[in-house]
Amino acid sequence: MIPLNWYLWLSAVVFIVGVAGFLTRRNIIIMFMSIELMLNAVNISLVSFSSFLNDMRGEVLVFFVIAVAASEAAIGLGIIIALFRNRATARVDEVNEMRG
Amino acid sequence: MDSYLLIPFLPLAAFLINILFGRKLIRDNAHWVSILAVLGSWVVSVITVEGVLHGNTVNRDLYAWISSGGFKVSVGFLIDPLTAVMLVVVTTCSSLIHIYSAGYMHGDKGYYRFFSYLSLFTFSMLMLVMANNFLQLYFGWEAVGLCSYFLIGFWYEKKSASDAGKKAFIVNRFGDFGFGIGVIMIFLTLGTLHYDAVFASVKNLIGQTVTIHLLGVQIDLITFIALLLFCGAVGKSAQLPLHVWLPDAMEGPTPVSALIHAATMVTAGVFMVARCNPIFSLSPVAMNVVAVVGAVTALFAGTIALVQNDIKRIIAYSTVSQLGYMFLACGVGAYTAGVFHLYTHAFFKALLFLCAGSVMHAMAGELDLQKMGGLKKHMPVTYWTMLIASLSIAGVPGFAGFFSKDEILWLAYSGPSPVGKFVWAIGTFVAFLTAFYSFRLIFRVFHGKFRGSHEQEHHLHESPKVMTVPLMLLCVGAVASGWVGVPQLLGGGAHFTEFLKPVLGHLEGEGTRSEEWMVMAISIIAGLSGIGLAAFVYLREGDLAAKIAQNFSFVHRVLWNKYYVDELYDAVIVKPTIWTAKNVIVGVTDGKIIEGVVNGVPRLIGRFSSRLRNIQTGMVQQYAAVMAIGAFFVIAAVLLWQ
Amino acid sequence: MLAEGIFAYLAAAIIVLSILVVTRRNPVHSVLLMLLLFFHIAALYLTLDAEFLAAIQVIVYAGAILVLFLFVILLLNLKEEMVVSRYIGPWPLGLMAALGLLFMITLSLRSFVAGPSGQITAALIKTETHTKVLGKILFTEYIYPFEIVSMVLLVAIIGAIVLAKKKLRS
Repeated sequence: MIPLNWYLWLSAVVFIVGVAGFLTRRNIIIMFMSIELMLNAVNISLVSFSSFLNDMRGEVLVFFVIAVAASEAAIGLGIIIALFRNRATARVDEVNEMRG
Repeated sequence: MDSYLLIPFLPLAAFLINILFGRKLIRDNAHWVSILAVLGSWVVSVITVEGVLHGNTVNRDLYAWISSGGFKVSVGFLIDPLTAVMLVVVTTCSSLIHIYSAGYMHGDKGYYRFFSYLSLFTFSMLMLVMANNFLQLYFGWEAVGLCSYFLIGFWYEKKSASDAGKKAFIVNRFGDFGFGIGVIMIFLTLGTLHYDAVFASVKNLIGQTVTIHLLGVQIDLITFIALLLFCGAVGKSAQLPLHVWLPDAMEGPTPVSALIHAATMVTAGVFMVARCNPIFSLSPVAMNVVAVVGAVTALFAGTIALVQNDIKRIIAYSTVSQLGYMFLACGVGAYTAGVFHLYTHAFFKALLFLCAGSVMHAMAGELDLQKMGGLKKHMPVTYWTMLIASLSIAGVPGFAGFFSKDEILWLAYSGPSPVGKFVWAIGTFVAFLTAFYSFRLIFRVFHGKFRGSHEQEHHLHESPKVMTVPLMLLCVGAVASGWVGVPQLLGGGAHFTEFLKPVLGHLEGEGTRSEEWMVMAISIIAGLSGIGLAAFVYLREGDLAAKIAQNFSFVHRVLWNKYYVDELYDAVIVKPTIWTAKNVIVGVTDGKIIEGVVNGVPRLIGRFSSRLRNIQTGMVQQYAAVMAIGAFFVIAAVLLWQ
Repeated sequence: MLAEGIFAYLAAAIIVLSILVVTRRNPVHSVLLMLLLFFHIAALYLTLDAEFLAAIQVIVYAGAILVLFLFVILLLNLKEEMVVSRYIGPWPLGLMAALGLLFMITLSLRSFVAGPSGQITAALIKTETHTKVLGKILFTEYIYPFEIVSMVLLVAIIGAIVLAKKKLRS
């Protein structure tokens, strides 16, 4: 039997890859994909908890996370299109209107 | 019946209606509200005075105004003979002047505002005279001062008018400060502010002294209180040295000058001294101060009036001078004579002002004597009414001013006052001056040739009925108001004195009948010779007046510049105050301390935040990195805490 | 031994694929690699007896979301992106932050203690089927959150339309 910790390790690594992608990439679409990656990493740990603790609630949460991820992707991609239409760029470091 | 409550509250209602709805709804009909209200209170006053004549005085607390520990003040009304006289004066003058104003102010854009202030003034003045305690008196006192300020500065777009308003207000502050302290002293020493209680117990203070630590002087307590109260009267009634505001107050509309700065408000000081006669009578020092201040002011203002050219200013100085007369009377103990003069003066002085207003109306606002002349044939009603008013003020026998002035002079001469003879001499001389400058005004304005421009001559016309009818009615007062006080010497009953006796007491002059005849004869001669001299100087052709002015150029210059009092105040009070304000208050307190703090704090924040805002780069990833670092520390904290 | 082998394969593939996803220059490549990644994650769910989730992982993620990404990439003309640097200027800082976080997570994983066990064992799921068990709990205990999620999705649909449509008033 595979220990729970292995799954959690896997989840942590995938999560950190997502974080690193989000923090370093310049392309805003890749940044969104990094966010999806992080969500999936969390899903992995939730499913493994659920399975190892004989409790369905983790999987219910995964269900909701997927629903929210879908919404977030729709909205986020809408923002990307609006941004691209106004600024003709998908490079996030060129978008700094909020600079103080 | 409490119908007397209507007397002050009808004008108050008119004020509220006009000020709330005047601008949009009532506009040019504002005079109806005010005139109806003031006529209503006039009718009620007459009924009330009728009651007082039959001995029905009122002294009633309406409700407790302030009740704080031992400090109890109520809103209350006292209607005794003195109040009755004031009610007649105030409501009558006020009614006629309200009507006159409807014509005079016609078409002014602040029409509703004017009438609402006028009503507020009437309310305040009535509250002042009907008060039964010092605090309510003080309320009325300040409220009339406020209305005076509003109305002097009524044409506030004109800088001179708003300056004059401020001047009146500030100069009055000096007097009111003393008055306020006087009221506080009364409460501190007697524990009450109701007239009844104060006047009953003020005798207990005889012999007590108070030490003014600041000056290190010990002073008799009653004298101290009396002088403090007199301070207020000096300010309000424009006596030396606080007279400077009244001539400037002529910047206001003429009906205001007539009502507030001649007939009613400025006499509040005299009223107050008369009302407080139980206090003043106990202090010979204060009495002498009052008499001398009054006499000197009368002389001082009378001489200034000789050379002025602005008709309203001449009448204003005449008012100051006549107010001095009233104080002179009070100071020698002849309160009834002072109030009698107050009462007759109200009619002929209001009439003089309204006539001046009528002249201004015809001359399109021109005030300079030198540009008038020969107006008699253009405006006969104004001429005759003004002539009668001048005869009255000059003390020609038969007219109102004669009886009151004669009574003052006789009682000054014959009374027990140590300064009596001295003030009598001054008073007689002032009677001569008064006659002279009053007729100078008449002759220069109405006789001779017209000296203004052609357009002005073309424009000359008699004023409309709404203005001339009040003139004629006041004229009746200027003649007949004195008849209620014909002295016994002339076969009269001296009813006025009898009427006021219960409140003000009565001063019996000590002298023979022949002396009395002599005093009267001297004052008549003084008045007539003043008129005669004026006729001699101004009715003949040629520049006799200018020659005299040249020969006495120093005296003329001093008088023309009003003894340089304004300049003196400017140098002694105004300039140093402005200097202090600029260099100490603005320069140090405001500039360094307050602005230092006020500007320093935001500048500090600004400096800090301009550094801080560099954090906000607008880069999403930076924010996310900060979040990641934050999460790092949160987890570290949780792990360490476990 | 077989289970460990399968897990090892899946874990290695997931990690490698995720690293590849975030490092590709061409976003289309990233999306395609991500598709592969999601299949592997779905397989991982299968090993954990979560067939329903594995199915929606494929249907929703791979089938819908990724297709959406692909559409957007094709919609935007990103030729210019192909030449400039993939990473932002201070990328080492970002990487440091991510590694620091990884360090912390590993520290916290070490002290991880599992909570009490529930009733829904693998045996139960085998007899009842995963979909039925999940459905039961979703439509009873979690009915309100479930309904709220439907609202979230509705808002997302409207929001996406509003954001992406051209301005009607010019």
